[in-house]
Amino acid sequence: MTQLVLFNVTNGLIIGAFYVLMALGLSLILNLSNVINFAHGGFLVIGGYIAYTITPYVGFWGALLIAPPLTAVIGLIVERLLIRPRYGRDPLYSLLLTFGLAFIIEDGTRFIGWAQGKPVTIPAFLAQPVSYEFFFITGYRVFMVVVVLFIVALLFFLLRYTRLGIRIRAGTLDLETVSALGVNVRMLRSLNFAVGVFLAGLSGVLAAGQLGLEPTMGAGLLMPSFVAIIVGGVGSLPGTLLGGLLIGVASGITAVFFPSASEAIMYVLMAVVLLVRPRGLLGEEGMMT
Amino acid sequence: MSLDAPARKYLALAGIWLALLLAPYWMPPLGGYTALGTRVLVLGLAAMSVNFLLGFTGVLSFGHAAYFGLGAYGAGLTLKFLAASTPLSLLCGMLLGGVAGAILGALIVRRRGVYFAMVTIAFGQVFYYIAFQWSSLTGGDDGLRGFSRQPLDFGLFSIDILSDPTKFYFFVLFCFALAAGVMGFVLRSPFGRTMIAIRENERRARFLGIPVERHIWIAFTLSCFFIGFAGALYALLNNFADPRGLHYSQSGDLVIMAVMGGMRTFWGPLLGAAVFVVLQDYLSSVTVNWMSFVGLMFVLVVLFFPRGLLGVIRRKSEA
Repeated sequence: MTQLVLFNVTNGLIIGAFYVLMALGLSLILNLSNVINFAHGGFLVIGGYIAYTITPYVGFWGALLIAPPLTAVIGLIVERLLIRPRYGRDPLYSLLLTFGLAFIIEDGTRFIGWAQGKPVTIPAFLAQPVSYEFFFITGYRVFMVVVVLFIVALLFFLLRYTRLGIRIRAGTLDLETVSALGVNVRMLRSLNFAVGVFLAGLSGVLAAGQLGLEPTMGAGLLMPSFVAIIVGGVGSLPGTLLGGLLIGVASGITAVFFPSASEAIMYVLMAVVLLVRPRGLLGEEGMMT
Repeated sequence: MSLDAPARKYLALAGIWLALLLAPYWMPPLGGYTALGTRVLVLGLAAMSVNFLLGFTGVLSFGHAAYFGLGAYGAGLTLKFLAASTPLSLLCGMLLGGVAGAILGALIVRRRGVYFAMVTIAFGQVFYYIAFQWSSLTGGDDGLRGFSRQPLDFGLFSIDILSDPTKFYFFVLFCFALAAGVMGFVLRSPFGRTMIAIRENERRARFLGIPVERHIWIAFTLSCFFIGFAGALYALLNNFADPRGLHYSQSGDLVIMAVMGGMRTFWGPLLGAAVFVVLQDYLSSVTVNWMSFVGLMFVLVVLFFPRGLLGVIRRKSEA
């Protein structure tokens, strides 16, 4: 029994780590640009497929290094051509635009007929279980969690101590003033978008090594990421981190006792949080309204 | 000879209703079929309900498919387990969608803008999962089957809307007219004017002493009743309720119908629904990649028709 619980908690943590990566990217874009990026799941899929395509040439490590920046470049192009003209308009339009893009990306990957259900080849030593007793903890899972931890730490360091990060955080609070202080806000939003898409691309590579590629795999992660942001508190990146881990573990534990509710539990969590603390766990007063 | 504005308006209204009334006669020669017309009416009513909130209160709900689907399941379950009565099933469907909307609306109304959209999407998905997982009641992934709409029984005579698609079309048109009439009445009432005031300048409305949250909540609830009613009609049309009807992608379809038709106009969403339904019907018959084309349609509407078809026409006629 303890092993079963532990198994599901570990699972929950790993899934939670994915939610965190996705949700942090979404949250960055949402906070600074007021855009709900529905195509975020699509960028994850693109990241995964790029990794799959280049792994035979550059190996897993190469793909891990190359695919996320490449995804970010694609994101940058999309932002420049389609999303930027819609900043400052009703957020409805950017939402509908990315919604349509998500359709196109999902159907496009299906159309091109890239490998479905096939995982990216991972190095052999990572595929081994860490120990016999806990056979379900493969090296790859540990590796994923370490990568996510590293990237999240890096992101928070960037936001806290670099000029770009400080500007992003300032822009989240008051973009007009930041602009008046002579910061190129367009550039700032583009870079911020690229960072968000980079995170989606990275989750795509990591997910492709674990689960295999599906055109729909990004869309499935999108909703939990929304919930993670709402639970953690809109406008707060630490909140998003907490929210993602929380709903991951909660759905892991629920999977032990009441499997069919494992996906519904996060919505229950969200309803409770909104009832008890409408601004979310770490949300600041006024960000949600 | 140029007509003055009110005359032009009545002419347009007469044209719309005439086209709707005669649809079963002019659609088939143009290559359509009656059920397609019924679909346009039902989805048009759903898009108008979304627009009641989006276009007239200025609040974006991206989870309205949930209440649409609840209406459908409400009607289906009533016919299957409660009583074989079409009017009762419509009533139950509408109540289920509306009451659920009223309860969740109370949780949601304090949010604004994109956050409102996000929370509505997430709560909408709750009902999707319930419909998907509770297979013993809802049929799960296969959807709810095993019910069919019943002939209307008036004692002295009955109308067979089950086997005659044309009669069913007129029944749906009657329901549509009823709902559209109520919607138009609400929008013209002082309450409707207040909704528009909130859309135009929320802060000012608040300073004037208008309880903004309560108004948005009432508008949200009303639109959930309308869309629940549309959902119930949709279940009767298909004799089937589909969990995918509750999914947020269905909400996206309804919002794009409203935007494509013109979200500042009353009839725009109906026009948007007509274009969307006919295009989707055509595309899915010629290509398996219709999803890409629907996605492309979203992008093109945002890029080139952000005011919607009717918005463009209106602007031209004013210029």
